[in-house]
Amino acid sequence: MLSFLLLILIYTGLYAILALGQNIITGVTGMLSLCQAGFFAIGAYVTAILTVSYGVSFWLTIPLAGLFAAAAGALVGLPTLRLKGDYLAIATLGFGEIIRNVILNWDSLTRGPMGINGIPMPTIFGMTINPYKKWGFLLLVWVFVTIFYLLLKRLTRSRMGRALEAIKEDEIAAYAMGINTTRYKVWAFMVGAFVAGCAGSLQAAFTLSVTPNTYTFMVSVMVLCMVVLGGMGNHIAVIFGALIIQLAAEFPRLLGISSTVPPQFKQIVFGLILVLMMIYRPQGILGRKRVNYDQLTGTLEQESLLLRVRRIIRIGVKR
Amino acid sequence: MGSISEFFQHFLNGLTLGGIYALIALGYTMVYGILKFINFAHGEILMIGAYSGLFLFDYFRGDLPYGPLLMIVFFVAMLISMVISAVLGMSIEKIAYKPLRKATRLAPLLSAIGVSFILSNLAAFFWGTKSRKFDYPFDNTAYKIGDVAITPHQILILVVSFLMMVALKLYIDRTRMGKAMRATSLDQDVAALMGINVNQVISLTFAIGSALAATAGILIALDFKVYPTMGAMAGLKAFVAAVVGGIGNITGAMIGGILLGLLETFGVAVLGIPQGLKDTIAFGVLILILLVKPEGLLGKAEREKV
Amino acid sequence: MSLLYTTQLTRAFGGVIAVSDVDFAVEKHSITGLIGPNGAGKTTLFNNITGMDVPTSGKVFFKDEEITGMPAHSISRLGIARTFQNIRLFKEMSVLENVMIGRHFKTGKSMTSGRLLNAVRSYISMKGEEKAIYDTSREWLEFFNLDKFRNESARNLPYGSQRELEIARAMATEPELLFLDEPAAGMNPQETDRLMATIRRIREQGVTVLLIEHDMKLVMNICEQITVLNYGKKIASGNPLEIRENPLVIEAYLGKEE
Repeated sequence: MLSFLLLILIYTGLYAILALGQNIITGVTGMLSLCQAGFFAIGAYVTAILTVSYGVSFWLTIPLAGLFAAAAGALVGLPTLRLKGDYLAIATLGFGEIIRNVILNWDSLTRGPMGINGIPMPTIFGMTINPYKKWGFLLLVWVFVTIFYLLLKRLTRSRMGRALEAIKEDEIAAYAMGINTTRYKVWAFMVGAFVAGCAGSLQAAFTLSVTPNTYTFMVSVMVLCMVVLGGMGNHIAVIFGALIIQLAAEFPRLLGISSTVPPQFKQIVFGLILVLMMIYRPQGILGRKRVNYDQLTGTLEQESLLLRVRRIIRIGVKR
Repeated sequence: MGSISEFFQHFLNGLTLGGIYALIALGYTMVYGILKFINFAHGEILMIGAYSGLFLFDYFRGDLPYGPLLMIVFFVAMLISMVISAVLGMSIEKIAYKPLRKATRLAPLLSAIGVSFILSNLAAFFWGTKSRKFDYPFDNTAYKIGDVAITPHQILILVVSFLMMVALKLYIDRTRMGKAMRATSLDQDVAALMGINVNQVISLTFAIGSALAATAGILIALDFKVYPTMGAMAGLKAFVAAVVGGIGNITGAMIGGILLGLLETFGVAVLGIPQGLKDTIAFGVLILILLVKPEGLLGKAEREKV
Repeated sequence: MSLLYTTQLTRAFGGVIAVSDVDFAVEKHSITGLIGPNGAGKTTLFNNITGMDVPTSGKVFFKDEEITGMPAHSISRLGIARTFQNIRLFKEMSVLENVMIGRHFKTGKSMTSGRLLNAVRSYISMKGEEKAIYDTSREWLEFFNLDKFRNESARNLPYGSQRELEIARAMATEPELLFLDEPAAGMNPQETDRLMATIRRIREQGVTVLLIEHDMKLVMNICEQITVLNYGKKIASGNPLEIRENPLVIEAYLGKEE
């Protein structure tokens, strides 16, 4: 039971990272992308291929997975620049399917439908992080959730973040305000994809094998649900959304009633969440939190976590 | 087999495939024309149409042998399932889209994704995930015209889809309600001021689109069986067809559908694209057309008013 | 030489010629009005100059440099800012954030040296770049008397203030030339009076103003130069007195309205 709970929390973490990425694309910039599963897949396969076939260290493959996914994100972003919401959704959906199709058919690299097995367990300082024991991995995944959360939160209250939000609010006005909307939209895609790629890398190291069937459209929809449920544009809400969706998806098993609840149950719940949230609470459970710039500029020292960390380190050195 | 007849064979196969895409694409395009949003659940309406067609046909046919009577039974089943799908389509619009008409553009789209998920999983829950065979209502032995083989099923597809398209085109171009639909798609507010019942027009649009989807679903099912996710890929490709033709444009959807059918068939047969990547062709075409001519072949470039 | 001028600018939409062979100029430090009946092509002309739309033929020059067909974001960087006929604010964002976005590219430039380092630094603290954006934005809000609203959502502002906020946002880009598309539309007389005073204050900042307006009182009051369009063609241009007496204008426009 504990082990299952840990499993859920690990997956919550992985999905939270995916959702944070999706949030940049959809929540902040307002572009409906249905490709997160594709970026996730690319990240996982980059790690799988590099560690298994080339013996590259897992840690090195995380940023590489992110970069490959980001490149794919640019590839999706570029042709879709001119597209409005609905077209974009379909184009990205198609792109996600193309990615999966290519993985399925590129046997020499990806071993097709068989997938890649025998991904080595990651080690740190001579210790192995054994996925079967879960605790270590739980920590690893949530460290990444925290890192991405802090980075992306900071990003959205920067000049770039404001530009992205302006694009969501009114693209034409943003364009007239000197914002290169095209470039920023591609950036948003690349950031979202990078984050998803890193999640893929972690997932590969956790499951120790990758198969194309893991990265279906269903994953993209789940991630989207998390963002919508939590609150578009709000990073902490999105992580919260990931937790709720994971619990909703797994609660039959948590309660030990999985034999009586049909497997379709969770998908139907996701569908209902999307419809009901749109009708009754489109801003999500937590909604968007506005940045308080007055406070931010006034009480900077307390505000910035990184600064606080730096001060603590400095104090430590003095002693 | 000579290369000419080979060409005709592929052409015929592509045309029938395209006819089905066109039928589905019409639903997307009509809804888009009026509400400016993509009905993601359209593929699932097709699936429900196919299931109801299957159940009705199996129920009515009894032990009837091949013959005119069985064909009549088949068409009656098709007609009823068209009605069922139409009602379903209208209800979905009322429940899941109508409250969102004034919301952001993202909202109905997300809601539609939700509806599509609900429908396909409900189908899987009630009817299982195994695919079911939809028996031909006729002996499907191919006729030979020279070296070209044509099955009765293909003839059925060509005839039905052709008739439906002509009927739809006439309806929209010639009738009062058709005119109201065109007016609504141009400007909803003004149409309402002119005394057009916009809600009624929208309902009717969903009804027609859904009925066409049910037809397409049954036609597909004869060859490819019935299963809960059958609508997803067919729907996606038909959407591509609608975009290729110019979304919102009815003639465009027909041309786009046929074009996509031909492209897929010839892509695999002539260009040697592996079967496994066949589905990729449609998306490649989509991305290409969006890059080169985003408004589609017959669509008008949409300019946002500044 | 004029700050901005067009030569034989034409924009056709299919068979409809919205702007036809227009030679149009805005003098430095002036307040210039662009008037004409509805559908005369005023906004189309605006859009073609500001890069929201690309002319079919003809050229646009700003500070003697050709800017025809440049993307809007580049044109706004050169120093042309604009507002929109149907207010286009970032509605869900705060009033302050709206103006901060106006500062977008102003700080971008200072980043050219050591861009990455600067980005990292501004990432860690709100000092430096972000603080500068914040401070300047507050100054612009003060200028328009909107600072008290700064933490409100833009959509919650009264109508007249929304128009002012749009101008404030445009001014935050520190333009040399400001385009106002029907700034007084929907305003009551008091708001219009306040707007006139504001436009004069903007000009005192050394900014050239070009405005499209239907409110003849406002146009005749504050514009030094007026250009009149009708059916996409320029039919007159001159000072308010000349325009008022121009028979073509009276026939096309004033005659019908007053």
